[in-house]
Amino acid sequence: MPQGRDAIRAFVTALWKENPIFRQVLGICSTLAVTNLLANTLVMVAGLIYAAAMSNLTMSVLRYRIPRRIRIMVEVLIISFYVIILDLVLKAYLPETSRALGAYVGLIITNCILMGRMEAFASQNPPLPSLLDGLGSGVGYGFILISIAFFREMLGFGTLLGGTPLAVTVLDYSAGWTRWVLMLVPGGAFFMLALVVWICRTLWMRGQKEPVA
Amino acid sequence: MNPPHVSPLAVFFGAIFTENILLALYLGMCSYLAISRDVRPAVGLGAAVTLVLAISSGINNLLYWRILNPFGLEHLQFISFMLVIAAVVQCLEMIIERYTPRLHLALGIYLPLITVNCAILGVCLFMVIRRYDLVQSVAYGAGGGIGWWLAIVALAGIRQRLQTSRIPRGLQGPGIALIASGIMALAFMGLTGIIRTR
Repeated sequence: MPQGRDAIRAFVTALWKENPIFRQVLGICSTLAVTNLLANTLVMVAGLIYAAAMSNLTMSVLRYRIPRRIRIMVEVLIISFYVIILDLVLKAYLPETSRALGAYVGLIITNCILMGRMEAFASQNPPLPSLLDGLGSGVGYGFILISIAFFREMLGFGTLLGGTPLAVTVLDYSAGWTRWVLMLVPGGAFFMLALVVWICRTLWMRGQKEPVA
Repeated sequence: MNPPHVSPLAVFFGAIFTENILLALYLGMCSYLAISRDVRPAVGLGAAVTLVLAISSGINNLLYWRILNPFGLEHLQFISFMLVIAAVVQCLEMIIERYTPRLHLALGIYLPLITVNCAILGVCLFMVIRRYDLVQSVAYGAGGGIGWWLAIVALAGIRQRLQTSRIPRGLQGPGIALIASGIMALAFMGLTGIIRTR
């Protein structure tokens, strides 16, 4: 079943070879903003995967019907449609998380990953590979987001999943642990992301011979 | 609607320094990293972003509080804000092309990119969340734009200097740019608390 294999290849390529964050360094606005608490990050990642997959699918289905000239506008409208649904669902079922994420849910619309994948992949490929490409980009973005959030929350607050019923205290202040305030301020997110980009690019370059652009 | 009692001037300077849209709120990162290799295009893009921000934050403020809010259509804010931003960018492009072809040559390729710059939508959404009125919103938009401009030009300057330094291979490009931004963000944090913006 060649089509199925193509689809799987699209997923893996999107996940690792063309990982949106460390390969293309796209869509990091929300990466940095929501990653000081793991719980918020998980919600954001789920939303992003859903929006990326659905809008890629929609774009792919409509790819012969959209005139080239207005396709950027149509892409934005497709993403907005799914993000509005996401926003309403969050407001209804997770009102506190929705308030904490604030404007950043809406900012999924202008997340460059979604636009980029729709433009580069979904507008030229059939629906199934496009769906998996969206999922792969979302998951590839998500695992970096989650690993950043894991360290930021652990070092900054000493907890994991703080604010949820599953909260775990990993590093106890009463036992003499000092908070890394640096992890909580905006600067910390930049350093953390730089570190992740550094590690992933070094690993990634091992498999490549030519230098990274 | 009860706008907060803050002078528009405080909002303006707050958006530039204490709550820099890029270094504190992480908005507009994609184009910030992509177009900061050189100072000249960074200056052009910053100017275009500032202009679009100031105009679209004003229009979106009127749209939200005069149309969407009274009719209970708040859930349409994302889609209508995006349409306004796209329209503003398109009009601006046509006006600049018609009257100042030289500026158009300089800004031309960056203008369409601005539609999907998260800084623009971000400012419009934050202005609604903070319940700014029209004047405060325009001040917030203009200040946010200038703050973004300042950050991208500063980073472009740093990156030009970095071209001659020896950087580990994995850290070249975006990695080192992020570290430089992190240090800038720490520097800007020193200004926290000088201006009350909420």
